[in-house]
Amino acid sequence: MIDLAFFLEIIPALLAGLPLTLQLAASSISIGFIMALLLALAQQGNHRFVVWPIRAFVAVFRGTPLLVQIFLIYYGLGQFRPTLQAIGLWWLFREPYWCAIIALSLNTAAYGSEILRGAIQGVPRGLVEAATASGMSRYLTLRLVVLPLALRQAIPSYSNEIILMVKGTSLASIITLVEVTGIAQGLISQTYRAVEVFVTAGAIYLTLNFTIISALNALEAWLTPYRARV
Amino acid sequence: MTYILHFLGFGQGGWGAALLVASGVTLALSVLGFLLGAVFGALSAGGRLSRRLVPAGLAKAYGTVFRGIPDLLTIYLLYYGGSIALTQIGKFFGSAGFVGLPTFATGVLAIGIISGAYQGEVYRGAYQAVDLGQFDACKALGLSGFQSLRLVVVPQLMRHALPGLGNVWQLVLKDSALISVIGLVELMRQAQIGAGSTREPFIFYIAAAGLYFVIAVVTASVFRYGEARAWRGMVHA
Repeated sequence: MIDLAFFLEIIPALLAGLPLTLQLAASSISIGFIMALLLALAQQGNHRFVVWPIRAFVAVFRGTPLLVQIFLIYYGLGQFRPTLQAIGLWWLFREPYWCAIIALSLNTAAYGSEILRGAIQGVPRGLVEAATASGMSRYLTLRLVVLPLALRQAIPSYSNEIILMVKGTSLASIITLVEVTGIAQGLISQTYRAVEVFVTAGAIYLTLNFTIISALNALEAWLTPYRARV
Repeated sequence: MTYILHFLGFGQGGWGAALLVASGVTLALSVLGFLLGAVFGALSAGGRLSRRLVPAGLAKAYGTVFRGIPDLLTIYLLYYGGSIALTQIGKFFGSAGFVGLPTFATGVLAIGIISGAYQGEVYRGAYQAVDLGQFDACKALGLSGFQSLRLVVVPQLMRHALPGLGNVWQLVLKDSALISVIGLVELMRQAQIGAGSTREPFIFYIAAAGLYFVIAVVTASVFRYGEARAWRGMVHA
């Protein structure tokens, strides 16, 4: 009943989209993480004019669908072509590839900054006071005490966010990028065999996510040597 | 500026009414999908908590698969898979063309399946947070299994489940925009239609984003109210 020949045909076809999926995920997760860290740190200062715009950015990107954000950046900003050309940014907003990366990065920066903000606030106050008492500068305290602890604390929540981003890259197929989901949709409408294509594409994503989760669990365990391994 | 705002108004050539109706469709789609997801989620939590291997394994696989693969793929599977099956049945009865599934029902089913996977995790965690003494008390009072679930366990479980359910609801609301890909005219699709026919994509997607945001904020307060109600009479941090 299971048509092996068909699977052998669609597996390489779908895997051909994996490099693009990986590129989109890796770029937006790294850019988003850097932005998230900067946003989280900027909010530690408690300056009103810094905190409020960041809160607004976070609320907007967490409160609206990723698809709307992608369309707004790709189609919506495309409307301002003369202005974008004048300031030399048109090459960026012309390409669906860059638009997808911009939208995904901004989205994950918003979610990630909340995760990191919570983790930074979770660092026990006494440790920071001890660092200050031993004469460490604010920068040194941040680098040697706060960030190592906060980032390790954030790994479980952040790995959820990373999985959501890997899933989010599938939306790039709607703005014509042919990654795994885009290829899957094409194959389904060509072959009319939705289940086989779904199983294969799903297996690719599950393998990818499983690999990421295992790697992050290993990282967390490695950074927590005193905790007994379960 | 007035030229642009005119597109979102309610007068001649204004899309205001269409966008509001579409917001209603989005809300209905999300609410029904979320409720269906509650059924799947409860079944899945029941499976996960079961000591028997088959239900536990099935529930675990369900949660892993639908939380791990892109929602767009699930939507394509249901829509195309269902339509292909329906077309086959149509052929059998002598119809020639492609028979598409009803998009609203497909959307509700897709959101139900996806959110059920997330809700299952929430219910499982909340069930385990109910104090064990409560179960002993149920036995002591001679309540049947169903009675103790309905009268004792579920009301207490909801206290722990509501924050997580609020998060799932926000996820559902945003996921509902993906149902636009199968052609259901909800908020996202209506914004696309408006953007296409007026060639003003920016204003229409901003309007859609604004409406999603308002729905998200207003419905979040419903969950906060529910949480306050679930904890009434209890001292809690």
